[in-house]
Amino acid sequence: MQAVRINEAGLARDEWFERLKLFGLGSPAMLLILIILVVPVGWLFYVSFIGADGTFSLENYERMLKRKSYARIFQTTFEVSFLTTGLCILIGYPLAYFISGLPNRIANLCLITVLLPFWTSLLVRTYAWLVLLQKRGLVNEWAMSLGLWDEPIKIVHNMTGTLIGMVHIMLPFLILPVYGAMRAIDRDLMKAASNLGASPRRAFWTVFFPLTLPGLFAGSLMVFILCLGFFVTPAVLGGGKVIMVSMKIVSNIELFVNWGAASALGVVLLVATVAILWVASRFLNLERMTGGGH
Amino acid sequence: MFRWFRAPATETQITHGQRLWLYVFAVITMVLLVTPTLIVVPMSFSDSQYLEFPPETWSTRWYGHYFGSPEWMQATRTSFKAAFLTMLVATPIGVLAAYGLHCSKVRFIRAAFVLMITPMMVPVVLVAIGAFYAYVQLKILYTLTGLVLAHTVLALPLVVIVTGSALKSYDMSQEEAARSLGAPRWKAFLTVTLPQIRFAVVTSALLAFLTSFDEVVVAMFVSGGDNPTLTRNMFNALRDQIDPTIASISTIMILVTTGMMVLAQVFGQQKEPTKPKD
Repeated sequence: MQAVRINEAGLARDEWFERLKLFGLGSPAMLLILIILVVPVGWLFYVSFIGADGTFSLENYERMLKRKSYARIFQTTFEVSFLTTGLCILIGYPLAYFISGLPNRIANLCLITVLLPFWTSLLVRTYAWLVLLQKRGLVNEWAMSLGLWDEPIKIVHNMTGTLIGMVHIMLPFLILPVYGAMRAIDRDLMKAASNLGASPRRAFWTVFFPLTLPGLFAGSLMVFILCLGFFVTPAVLGGGKVIMVSMKIVSNIELFVNWGAASALGVVLLVATVAILWVASRFLNLERMTGGGH
Repeated sequence: MFRWFRAPATETQITHGQRLWLYVFAVITMVLLVTPTLIVVPMSFSDSQYLEFPPETWSTRWYGHYFGSPEWMQATRTSFKAAFLTMLVATPIGVLAAYGLHCSKVRFIRAAFVLMITPMMVPVVLVAIGAFYAYVQLKILYTLTGLVLAHTVLALPLVVIVTGSALKSYDMSQEEAARSLGAPRWKAFLTVTLPQIRFAVVTSALLAFLTSFDEVVVAMFVSGGDNPTLTRNMFNALRDQIDPTIASISTIMILVTTGMMVLAQVFGQQKEPTKPKD
């Protein structure tokens, strides 16, 4: 009996060691993330609480509350994020619905139109919109030759251009999870609904739509979070008129070398992102959202 | 044609005619998704400063401009080097981490997973200025090493997620069988598991390459001096004016990405790893 117990303890210890050893396989990756990302971001937290005189102070945060320009930046950031997310839903949902109803082979072909921009460089796509939307660009020229408007209008270097570019870049992030949710729906449910006398519209809204909500929610969340911290597209297509938080962070460092102000903004951005993710994680499985559940 | 309009299109017997708006809307959306990017390709062969479409006179002068410029060539080399090295670093350590996380059942595994995907959740601007600060301390600012390490951090979550999901659908008892027959764990992994998840590994590697190759914000901060990346130079050029040279570079970048995508399709769409249905 004694021997068995000793043996058991030994086995348990071995197992524990084995698990730890396996866990250790992840250590190079985790160390790298800690050194390059977690520690520096932690330092930014610290710096955000240091004032100009080098002592602890909340001045970096007070500045954000006091100055009107900061309020405008936060407002712009949320405005752009909400509008982009909303437009992506309005455009992406019907498209996902259309593709999900097609036979497999054609659906895959149509999906390529979603995946192609998804894989193409962000900078290239932003550049393409810049070229298309400029004053002498294709959009203005075609619209004028079709008689939509008489002289070139300004559709880039402002909010309109930013939104066009952002929606184009974010659409795949919305379409793919929504499409996934739609493909997983058993279409016989719709048959059953209409068999029981539901009109097509009613069957759609009471049976189909609620089943796509998890996908829609995951996609919208992804788009919104990505928009909050977006930099390249608003910086290029906004032409200095659409200033988002991330752009202010960059200019605080590049132009003013003000680490305190930049860090405080960064902390607010990070806290907002994490808070949204945390609230969302109470409602849906985030691991599934990151593709872990395929 | 008329019959088609009145034929039922869905399970709820709604007709094609009633859904016509959806078809029109979907086709327009798909066209708008693809064309803006592709239209850059013919435009890059335009002779004009204003990038006409269709070009009135065709020329390759913007390509000549690109290939003739030592700065652009240097930046291109840097980008390819960084992307290749990122792939070489991120793939093995990411696959190891995914394997470790998958097999180890220690209690803090969830925390470890969250740590592994933080680079995806933290706004990239923060990653950039954080790395910038760290590199000043470590004295690796504006070096290729620093750039590759930062890009590796950005690529790791993708590698872990893609490889991890392949491991989830892989039957681990195959590896256990190999080990009970006397193979050490590393050998069982290399000869039994790895060949079966190789498509996911290849996909992760390509994703890691593209993550680095396309990255702008981190490169803006930690690459520079003698080693600016292609995207960093492109971004700076974009802020000033619409330089048609960028159209030719964009075309080349589209080619690289499309090539990668085709590779991923060829290697990634093979048969799934085996796992008995439960």
